[in-house]
Amino acid sequence: MNFLVCISKVPDTTSKIEFVENGTKFNEEGVQFILNPYDEWYALVRALELKETLGGSVTVLSVGKEDYEPILRKALAIGADGAVRIDAEPLDAYFVAEQIAQYAQTKSFDVILVGKESIQHNGMQVGAMISAILDWAYVPLATSLNLADKTATLTQDQTAGAVATLQADFPLVISASKGMAEQRIPNMKGIMAARTKPLEVLPSFSAEALTAFVGYELPAAKTGCKMIDADNMQELVRLLHQEAKVI
Amino acid sequence: MSVLVFIPHIQENPSKAQVELLTYSAHIAQAQNLPLVLLTGQKISLGAYGVDKLVQLANLEQMETALLAMQTLAKQENASTIILGWDDFGKALAPLLSAKLKAGLVAGAISLPNAEGLVQKAVFSGKAFVSIQIKTAIKIIALMPNSVGVQTVAEKNTAFAELTVQTPAIRVRVVNVQKPEHAGISLQDAELVVSAGRGLKAPENWGIVEDLANALGAATACSRPVADAHWRPHHEHVGQTGVAIRPNLYIAVGVSGAIQHLAGVNNSKVIVVINNDSEAPFFKAANYGVVGDAFEVLPKLTAAVKAFKNQ
Ligand SMILES: Cc1cc2nc3c(=O)[nH]c(=O)nc-3n(C[C@H](O)[C@H](O)[C@H](O)COP(=O)(O)OP(=O)(O)OC[C@H]3O[C@@H](n4cnc5c(N)ncnc54)[C@H](O)[C@@H]3O)c2cc1C
Repeated sequence: MNFLVCISKVPDTTSKIEFVENGTKFNEEGVQFILNPYDEWYALVRALELKETLGGSVTVLSVGKEDYEPILRKALAIGADGAVRIDAEPLDAYFVAEQIAQYAQTKSFDVILVGKESIQHNGMQVGAMISAILDWAYVPLATSLNLADKTATLTQDQTAGAVATLQADFPLVISASKGMAEQRIPNMKGIMAARTKPLEVLPSFSAEALTAFVGYELPAAKTGCKMIDADNMQELVRLLHQEAKVI
Repeated sequence: MSVLVFIPHIQENPSKAQVELLTYSAHIAQAQNLPLVLLTGQKISLGAYGVDKLVQLANLEQMETALLAMQTLAKQENASTIILGWDDFGKALAPLLSAKLKAGLVAGAISLPNAEGLVQKAVFSGKAFVSIQIKTAIKIIALMPNSVGVQTVAEKNTAFAELTVQTPAIRVRVVNVQKPEHAGISLQDAELVVSAGRGLKAPENWGIVEDLANALGAATACSRPVADAHWRPHHEHVGQTGVAIRPNLYIAVGVSGAIQHLAGVNNSKVIVVINNDSEAPFFKAANYGVVGDAFEVLPKLTAAVKAFKNQ
């Protein structure tokens, strides 16, 4: 089984979110970037686990400039066999999906895994778009993944706690959600090995963006919290009804 | 040209999220002076929500069928704007359709298009919003439930039509669906949510949380450590790495208000925080705060809610 795991870089979850240049650009100053948790904890680790039992290879791929190399190195340290960086600014989800799909067309992967979303753009689009471009099967938001000869068995959380069990044919694109695997911390041996593993840089493929991010805004700050005495819950109910009008 | 909206299954009395989606679409159609076409599985009268034409097709809950049907209908109706709900189904269908039609998508829109056609969505896990320009002639908007509310629209006479499409190759098969024993209110669609964290101390203490939720008609949610410890099911986990929600009312009990938790809930319209630590960071993000022990405050609040409902 040959796996391609698509990974992206996002600001650490505790980063201060600020915008500069008239609200058109995210202020990266002092921001620590990390490997997107869904890509790392679930997509990458499950691919590694499956490779370890079934054989094959795990390749990680990012569409981005040099500043994506630390996360690719981290993925190699966690256990990926090889890394590829497609040297392009990731313009929008469709542009990124085109890069990945066109790359995958030149190779022979059985499964492409993506995290369910990046915690930066929360788009949930890239996996679906790759599958549509390649005309492969697609399973979104998978919480478990097992592979047999010709089919994959997956579970998927649905609304109100329902869990669906699905079977899908290869080749297959999967978006990985919480539950698929447990985070792996890279060890010293992995970090050393990562230094000598291949990190291939490829020129970008021809593709266009369908959308543009024009300007950012921060949510309006709360105007202050009204404190209510713990013994007077009638007052809270009254405020929720009369003032906030939510009940 | 037309505006095309997709709802796989609709009933005589559509859900609030469906009415929001229909009237959002009708609003856009009317602003552009275009007819609103709905693709759905049922033939019912929806003129009150501004639907000019209802196109019916069975099996729309099947992803490949829905995708093929939307591609076909978008062409037939010469759709310039396509609208879907950003629910479980739409989260898969919208980006598939976007790539198939090479039409730009706003995934999880929270606004109507403004005068320049820009549409907003939440980014950085709810910590900011971005305005997105769709650069293609066909525009796809997947609307986050409970984000713009029901729009006022002109009543229409709905025409009916049927669609036929070839059976597509089915490559993903549903083997079974396991429903939970007590199907509560779905968190994504809920207008009222009661959420609890590690402050509740043990899973057997959730009765007082459920009592309040039941009294309000609210869904229940929890913080990540609570789901990780299997005190509550994973689908209740809200936050940066869980579900992002924007209910009208979010009541957080025994949740400290870590930045990753806030990310998923701080777009709630009103936040109530109940915590025994007056320094808990969550109070900074709250509209109403109660400093007190959850085990004492919750039963009192539940009683007050019941008294209010019985008035
Ligand atoms: C990458 C990353 C992603 C994360 N994603 C998420 C996420 O999606 N969602 C999420 O929730 N967390 C997330 N976290 C974890 C987050 O940082 C916090 O650890 C977590 O939210 C804390 O959960 P809690 O508030 O339930 O527990 P605690 O932080 O332990 O808070 C418990 C609170 O209960 C109060 N309390 C105690 N006893 C009582 C009582 N008797 N009555 C009333 N109040 C009481 C305490 O004062 C305290 O404020 C993430 C962390 C990381 C690093």
